[in-house]
Amino acid sequence: MIRFSLADQAIDVAAWRKPLLHPAAGGFCCFEGWVRNHNEGRQVDGLEYEAYESLAIIEGERILREAADRYGVLAAHGVHRTGSLAIGDIAVWIGVASAHRDEAFRACRYIIDEIKHRLPIWKKEHYVTGEAAWVACSHTGSAHEDEPPHAHHGHAHR
Amino acid sequence: MTTVTLKYYAQLREQAGGSSEKVVTSATSLRELYDELRHRHGFTLPADALKVAVDDRFSDWSHVLCEGDTIVFIPPVAGG
Repeated sequence: MIRFSLADQAIDVAAWRKPLLHPAAGGFCCFEGWVRNHNEGRQVDGLEYEAYESLAIIEGERILREAADRYGVLAAHGVHRTGSLAIGDIAVWIGVASAHRDEAFRACRYIIDEIKHRLPIWKKEHYVTGEAAWVACSHTGSAHEDEPPHAHHGHAHR
Repeated sequence: MTTVTLKYYAQLREQAGGSSEKVVTSATSLRELYDELRHRHGFTLPADALKVAVDDRFSDWSHVLCEGDTIVFIPPVAGG
């Protein structure tokens, strides 16, 4: 029902979508995060992702399980890239299958927001100027539409 | 003295000049240990900007160091 991986090669979207096909599902929602060519006013020419792999997988699975429990979806799968990525590459792929569309949209949104804030993965941007820098998302939590802020984390790393 | 293993990622890896090291330390807490390493390696990130994991679990900074702990100080993350 949940599956989370890291991938050091291009993400095969068709292969990730297929196991989510489920006879009880009436909706499938997918999010792809792409590498774009600019960030905060700078021209980006590529990225590197570095993961603390063992904990990233544990935390990724935890996020998917939370989404499945909160929204009652049939299945939630996700994969995040590591290594060098070019403009337009898929950095993260999330797919959710559920009986109805609403919970699929909500679960998908929850998962990507939590991944951005919680997964121990780091991004180094390479700029067209030849410089490079580690980019911080943030350690601050994300609020979700149907809950008070900061209520959903049961562990200590806020 | 306690022997622990450090693993480094991202800017901490670059500033430490390597991805892991064994350290024999008189520090008893994670915060003391980070202060010691920050001094040694010139880490630019303050402890307040970090999370920390011990043996692949997110940990409180109040964790008391144990012989053989594997510790990762986690810089601000940027997945997605």
